[in-house]
Amino acid sequence: MSQETYYDPADLGRFGDIAEWDRELARKFFDWYGEVFKEGALTEREKSLIALAVSHAIQCPYCIDAYTQDGLQRGVGEEEMMEAVHVAAAIRSGASLVHGTQMMGRAKKMMM
Amino acid sequence: MATATRTLHRRDHALSHTEEQLRVLDGGAFADGTLPTFADKLRELGRWPLLPGSIRIFQVNVGYQCNQTCRHCHVDAGPDRKEVMDRETLEQCVEAVRESGIPTVDITGGAPEMNPHFRWFVGALKEAGAREVIVRSNLTIFSANPKYHDLPEFFRDHGVRVVSSLPFYTADRTDRQRGEGVFERSIAALQRLNQVGYGVPDSGLVLDLVYNPVGAFLPGGQKDLEAQYKRSLERDHGVVFNGLFTITNMPISRFLEFLLASGNYDDYLARLVNAFNPATVDGVMCRDTISVGWDGKLFDCDFNQMLDLPLARQAPQHVRDFDREALERRAIRVSQHCYGCTAGAGSSCQGEVA
Repeated sequence: MSQETYYDPADLGRFGDIAEWDRELARKFFDWYGEVFKEGALTEREKSLIALAVSHAIQCPYCIDAYTQDGLQRGVGEEEMMEAVHVAAAIRSGASLVHGTQMMGRAKKMMM
Repeated sequence: MATATRTLHRRDHALSHTEEQLRVLDGGAFADGTLPTFADKLRELGRWPLLPGSIRIFQVNVGYQCNQTCRHCHVDAGPDRKEVMDRETLEQCVEAVRESGIPTVDITGGAPEMNPHFRWFVGALKEAGAREVIVRSNLTIFSANPKYHDLPEFFRDHGVRVVSSLPFYTADRTDRQRGEGVFERSIAALQRLNQVGYGVPDSGLVLDLVYNPVGAFLPGGQKDLEAQYKRSLERDHGVVFNGLFTITNMPISRFLEFLLASGNYDDYLARLVNAFNPATVDGVMCRDTISVGWDGKLFDCDFNQMLDLPLARQAPQHVRDFDREALERRAIRVSQHCYGCTAGAGSSCQGEVA
């Protein structure tokens, strides 16, 4: 089988196939996954938006595909989706920047 | 912002021919066996052939004329369409309702109000004993011409149940599907309906809205979307309504054109097939609805009507020969577009089915 890119969009639809090589662990994962996204203290819609933000934070193309579609189906607006992505981006960039204090501390300690 | 289109018919588009639509639907992943045909899916479930239950909805398409040209329209309706049900055929419909005792009549189009005999027809159906008359109104018709301004009062006086399309509770998505300015005019129309009592608790006047996805995705949960609609429409526009029907876009006519032109066709069909829900089969609308075309021809549903897929040969073919018992013995004609009614929670003119 030849493949020109690392990611194939069709693989998302084949996610369930991971059970072929370990049925029991796959079952446990998908059962847990299903439970996680059920309405609880948070609504399914809120969980979908969190998933969309996390998908961007971890830069998972399958997840972005899945939760963009899920959001559209749930009536999530473009503004809400983009705000969620900015939250993810803000945390990511903040996580980089806050390490600047570590750099500064190290540098200050070493410098005269 | 993208706006409305022109009819396939007017553009003499290849998809204005039903044979071409059926060729597309039967080809691709269904032809090479990647996806099971709808008939195969029913066979797998032991539900082939698909049989009707008791017919409780008599759905009449009174014409393809419409003041709008929405991008997803499965009818390919628009201002240029000339197909309009004539008085004689409307009278045959009234007789069929009287004789058969089918309780609900669902009037659709096009914009059904543009049929010149529309008001007479509604009155005659009530006199013929129809317990419920539904009119599928596009809302903007109220402001399309002064002769339609009093439609809310007409609906109220005849106890019509109004079902109206509003694909989203914001202007951008609505107008992308239905044309620029449609949302604003639709809101004004809904406010008029509210003023005469529609959607108001305990008024007895029912106003339902229809949600269609604005794009190549399936509708989400009807209950959740209804709650979002109710919250937003009341907060932002003071509009109230009874129920929201979520309807899946069928891969036919102008929505099929959109799917093909935007490169979404294969994914959308696969999505419909993968979302097939066996629990929807009992509730699909072709099992309790009969559809009458503008020329009086009978069909299993409005979608089969638009694909010109006639009823099974043994069944009566025209409303003048209407025979409820014979129709309830027919086998329902299916094709690949039927996956649109069985995906997820299912879809019908009354929304979810499972």
